[in-house]
Amino acid sequence: MAAQELTGAEIVIKALVDQGVDTIFGYPGGAVLPIYDALFQQNKIRHILVRHEQGAVHAAEGYARSTGKPGVVLVTSGPGATNAITGLTDALMDSIPIVCLTGQVATHLIGSDAFQEADTVGITRHCTKHNWLVRSAPELARVMHEAFYVATHGRPGPVVIDIPKDVQFEKTEYTASPHITHRTYRPRLKGDIEKIREAVDLIANAKKPMFYTGGGVINSGTVASQLLRELVRLTGYPITSTLMGLGAYPASDKQWLGMLGMHGTYEANNAMHDCDVLINIGARFDDRVTGRLEAFSPHSKKIHVDIDASSINKNVRVDVGIIGDCAHVLEDMLRIWKSKARRPDKAALADWWKQIDIWRDRKSLSYKTNDDIIKPQQAIQRLYEMTKGREVYVTTEVGQHQMWAAQHFHFDEPNRWMTSGGLGTMGYGMPAAIGAQIAHPDALVIDIAGEASILMNMQELSTAVQFMLPVKIFILNNEYMGMVRQWQQLLHGGRYSHSYSDSLPDFVKLAEAYGATGIRAEKPSELDAAIKKMIETPGPVMFDCRVDQLENCYPMIPSGAAHNEMILGDDPDGASVSEEGKMLV
Amino acid sequence: MKKDETIERHTISVLVDNEAGVLARVIGLFSGRGYNIESLTVAEVDQAEHTSRITVVTSGTPMVIEQIKAQLDRLVPVHRVMDLTVEAKAVEREMALVKVAGTGEKRVEALRLSDAFRARVIDTTHSSFIFEVTGAPDKIDAFIGLMRPLGLVDVSRTGVVAIARGPEAM
Ligand SMILES: Cc1cc2nc3c(=O)[nH]c(=O)nc-3n(C[C@H](O)[C@H](O)[C@H](O)COP(=O)(O)OP(=O)(O)OC[C@H]3O[C@@H](n4cnc5c(N)ncnc54)[C@H](O)[C@@H]3O)c2cc1C
Ligand SMILES: Cc1ncc(C[n+]2csc(CCOP(=O)(O)OP(=O)(O)O)c2C)c(N)n1
Ligand SMILES: [Mg+2]
Repeated sequence: MAAQELTGAEIVIKALVDQGVDTIFGYPGGAVLPIYDALFQQNKIRHILVRHEQGAVHAAEGYARSTGKPGVVLVTSGPGATNAITGLTDALMDSIPIVCLTGQVATHLIGSDAFQEADTVGITRHCTKHNWLVRSAPELARVMHEAFYVATHGRPGPVVIDIPKDVQFEKTEYTASPHITHRTYRPRLKGDIEKIREAVDLIANAKKPMFYTGGGVINSGTVASQLLRELVRLTGYPITSTLMGLGAYPASDKQWLGMLGMHGTYEANNAMHDCDVLINIGARFDDRVTGRLEAFSPHSKKIHVDIDASSINKNVRVDVGIIGDCAHVLEDMLRIWKSKARRPDKAALADWWKQIDIWRDRKSLSYKTNDDIIKPQQAIQRLYEMTKGREVYVTTEVGQHQMWAAQHFHFDEPNRWMTSGGLGTMGYGMPAAIGAQIAHPDALVIDIAGEASILMNMQELSTAVQFMLPVKIFILNNEYMGMVRQWQQLLHGGRYSHSYSDSLPDFVKLAEAYGATGIRAEKPSELDAAIKKMIETPGPVMFDCRVDQLENCYPMIPSGAAHNEMILGDDPDGASVSEEGKMLV
Repeated sequence: MKKDETIERHTISVLVDNEAGVLARVIGLFSGRGYNIESLTVAEVDQAEHTSRITVVTSGTPMVIEQIKAQLDRLVPVHRVMDLTVEAKAVEREMALVKVAGTGEKRVEALRLSDAFRARVIDTTHSSFIFEVTGAPDKIDAFIGLMRPLGLVDVSRTGVVAIARGPEAM
């Protein structure tokens, strides 16, 4: 008996359902009308209408990062696809699994500069993990399933499926299965056992060990976080994480040293610099983390666990590189550790912790408050304290507020923290919060924002209102592109060239204009009551928190400097930026 | 650890699924990440399996060469990456068509030299030859160098193809 014939558009929907997708983020247009028609005639998939295609991709990222599932996007050809580019690039840099469906002009029109034609596979080749142009309906189901496989296996990332309009109308049988064995792409999950043994030996014999973990632990899934906790506790070693890995290890634990890197803590960075064995689990030696490469952790033996062979020895030469999935490798490490009844060098470790405690006592994240003006760090700290114990998801925009959020909001669970790390995309936070809220309808979802960033995808407040998503937009309004201003102060003689946020809207009225609630706090004495009101107000809230305009984000390792050459908040003249450092971003 | 900054030349074979855009992916990878391409050749090698073989000659520090291989290997349609410079003893060949125009002594000398290089004459007029010459790239460089004073007018080269010695497949 022949299977029933479906149109390409119906195949798209069926393949999504077979993949377990229940939510997609999209925006219609001429080249995807058949798919929108098929969406209209079904009720298994919920479509979230955004207000800009960039917002659709960031929302899908927030959905993906907060659930561990891939995010799905549907946009039209030409401008729909090009508007999605920033989001796709963001997902590529941060290893977020996204399946983005783009409409394309009919196959016979491709290459003719047809209306709303863009070379989508050409343009997105550089900002996706892989992409496909589907030339006929019989290929469609197979490509759909392959796309989900590629997006979610190995190092996750965004993929694009470009579907010409005639293919969406073409009828064919649906035969493909969601479970595929890929012809060429088969990333390995298990690490080389000999190398893992070698790594465990190094770890066991360390005198000044340090765990440095990253987004790969989050990518690997919640099991990886559990195994990491077990290994770290068994060893008793100190642990730090990148911006992308926050939450994999509980921030409330005593072995936790806080984030490392450019705006990391004094103890984390000094421990990185002085350690003798560095254990990198799922982090990629990014330049925000390493600082000057020649001076990066100069005395350590380095172990690196990463699912992507190209991450190993890319920036920093390591002694033991293990290609594999964090959870799988951690499991083997634990097994070997236990079977050999390994025990760390207690005396050496005690000395190491003594040294770390001296660095900790420097209290590098401290700041001074006063009665007149809200300090941005204070606002985040209050926000954290007042939301503790709830199911909270935090997203951010990009800038000083993002770093203060990373420093002063603490996470004990993975998948609770979503930020644009690799690309540093202003405008990421509000749509990402929308995506996280869709996935966790009863949770408290907060976008910690800057007044400049929030204007970049402001239109998405309308999406939040339409879908009754109670996201809280907490704006640290310093009336400056603070991060830019800080660099201009430190590197360009205080010439604040075009970094003042002039002609700002009244955020309270703006929120009201969208049908949301606006709240403002201007004095430290108003802060707690205003935060309480924000939490208790149903529906989306925009909170205009007026903060100290000229506060700088410290600690800071200036570009081109080493981990032990940090600028501290109470000693801002302590280090300077070299001429070479000025060349760096 | 001290970084090794010596520049090495490597010949890398890449077996890929012959799907649309695969060559663009490989070339885009090299240009996007700032790697050198000294030579690149591609052709389908198995019609039934739809696989193509790309041979790239590139240069860089050992760390860059390692990156290039890892980056190629993670492209979705790539079956296998083989560094013919380190993993195997390999033979490399390139073919060139070389047009030399002239008369008299120079013409005779060009023909005499072509014989020493085992180049074949594949087209001739009263005032020109086209030679077909095959060999390792430096042999072709040498031949072209010798033809230059003898009336070299045009060169077309295939780029390097290479294969590992011995009985094993890639
Ligand atoms: C203004 C600004 C300031 C910043 N300052 C800092 C800072 O001070 N400190 C800081 O840390 N960052 C900072 N960042 C972020 C920084 O740019 C990088 O995004 C971040 O450091 C990268 O984190 P990561 O190394 O964990 O890698 P990710 O980008 O999260 O990459 C994950 C790595 O894990 C691997 N991986 C993926 N899945 C798996 C798996 N299943 N198993 C094993 N491995 C896997 C991947 O191949 C990759 O190598 C800043 C960003 C901005 C915008
Ligand atoms: C799309 C985009 N454009 C420009 C930048 C460069 N940039 C980084 S931080 C920043 C200022 C952000 O200002 P704001 O949102 O007010 O945050 P603050 O630093 O004041 O907390 C700018 C312009 C960027 N990261 N992203
Ligand atoms: Mg600001």
